[in-house]
Amino acid sequence: MRLRPMYARQIVDMSVKLISVLSSLIGICVLVLIIYEVIARGIAACSLSFFTELPAPPGMGEGGVANAIIGTLIITVLASLIGVPVGLLAGIFLAEFGKDTKFSEVTIFILNVIIGIPSIIIGLFVYTVLVKPFGSFSGYAGAVALAIIMLPVIARTAQDMLLLVPNSLRESAFALGMPYWRVILSVVFRYARSGLTTAILLAIARVSGETAPLLFTALNSQYWIESLTQPTANLTVTIYNYAISPYTDWQQIAWGASLLIMIGVLTVNIFARLVFKPKFR
Amino acid sequence: MKKNKTECSSLSFSDTIFKSISIISVCLTFIIVTGIFVQLVWNSRESIEKFGFSFLFTQQWNPVTSVFGAASSIYGTLATTVIAMAIAVPLSILVALFLSELAHPLISKFVGICIELLAAIPSIIYGMWGLFVFAPVMSKTLQPFLQKNFGFLKIFNGHKIGIGVLTAGIILAVMVLPFITSVVCDVFKMVPNVLKESAYGMGSTTWEVTHKVTIRYGLSSIVGACFLGLGRALGETMAVTFVIGNRHKISASLFDAGNTIASTLANEFAEASEPLYLSSLIELGLVLFVLTFIMQVLAQFWLAKMKKSFGGGL
Repeated sequence: MRLRPMYARQIVDMSVKLISVLSSLIGICVLVLIIYEVIARGIAACSLSFFTELPAPPGMGEGGVANAIIGTLIITVLASLIGVPVGLLAGIFLAEFGKDTKFSEVTIFILNVIIGIPSIIIGLFVYTVLVKPFGSFSGYAGAVALAIIMLPVIARTAQDMLLLVPNSLRESAFALGMPYWRVILSVVFRYARSGLTTAILLAIARVSGETAPLLFTALNSQYWIESLTQPTANLTVTIYNYAISPYTDWQQIAWGASLLIMIGVLTVNIFARLVFKPKFR
Repeated sequence: MKKNKTECSSLSFSDTIFKSISIISVCLTFIIVTGIFVQLVWNSRESIEKFGFSFLFTQQWNPVTSVFGAASSIYGTLATTVIAMAIAVPLSILVALFLSELAHPLISKFVGICIELLAAIPSIIYGMWGLFVFAPVMSKTLQPFLQKNFGFLKIFNGHKIGIGVLTAGIILAVMVLPFITSVVCDVFKMVPNVLKESAYGMGSTTWEVTHKVTIRYGLSSIVGACFLGLGRALGETMAVTFVIGNRHKISASLFDAGNTIASTLANEFAEASEPLYLSSLIELGLVLFVLTFIMQVLAQFWLAKMKKSFGGGL
């Protein structure tokens, strides 16, 4: 074997370490730059009318995105109402009833694959199922699309969290004569509470910033939300429409809306990571 | 005795109900996957019948004459993905090395959260940032630099307008970085300490231990992580739509505007009023679905290899 002099090896080692530190710094710098730019450009848009008024035509100034804020909240809540219970139930099956079976192995595989399917494809799918046949873009379709995106994420993380619950807890609950579903809901869930909360919060944060699926489902609207069977205003599609428009006052509003979404998503993320720290990690 | 029996059966009855509900939820995921495939094929049948396989190789995309071909979108998707992976893979291995081996635990935790937050930022914000902040910087710094030094290569020769395939690739690299980093970091941590220690005991430097022991030991999972990132990069929509320029043309220069499957969908879906136009767009979606599906299957396959040898999951 060829022997290399020690100093050459140490120089290579030091330079790799240096590059490694630099790469991490690049990552942090990009994050800081993005946050800084969004805050710096978005803060100017935040006035009272921004939060309380309907969008104004370009050049009229003083428009707001109140309808989009409400729309995003409604769609996200509705999506969570569908996605969270279904995801949790699937997670329960994987971690409890179907533990270590061939069926659940296949399911886990499929869930991992769905997690990786681009959200735009989910949007396209919901378009073909809920928009095209009914003839109108709708808030409901948007919520369903977001729920489908949430489902596998919640199922997989719930499964991981439930598997960490010690078996002795389940056994002692069984010994009290509880049915399995009570054991799961009032013993296993309680133990895994903080982990599950983190998982759910992160999933909600993730879908609340989704744009692509909403383009095909909820679309957007300039008006207050009267019915969810109609195109429904939402922040992310508003950002998209306004940002690519040539009007500077619309672009300004897009930055304001971006700031709003970013603050929401990052707050939930940091909050979930710091406050609900899973105790078994 | 009788009472006891009824109680037992009622217990198992409630459990059966709960179990069947949870099985239904699981089956929903199967329905969704097959539903996506069936619906996309069914809704793109018009374009599949009309264009057949030539859809994949035709560059022309003309709604006026109703000729649709996916070649430029597929090319753009692959080009941006290749650029993104070329940047993101080495970068994320280095970041993972920093997080798992070099940094103080506290610093590692802080940097780790920062990298994870990169993944949390919605892609539309990357798009806004890319278009209004990053693209002008690109056109003033990186593009002139590349053209001046590597201009003899066709790929680095073109209009320095800031937006284009290269910019989209760089933004994508930042977006997939956290996904690859987190898996690679887990892999690095799962390599048994005994292995690393014995290599250190032989007098190896940190880098030698990393690339000869750690990376080699976890290679299959690292490949899996790369496929995960690849799948993400292929389907990323909003960020790319903002910065790629949306032009149906394959161009030799990476500085020129192009498009990807996802960006075409996002950009033109609202205009598609004709059935053939719409079904061509849905067929584009089908191509993307198949591509990402394959990537995910490969990723899971490589990750599972590691799982078997470790007896633990990632």
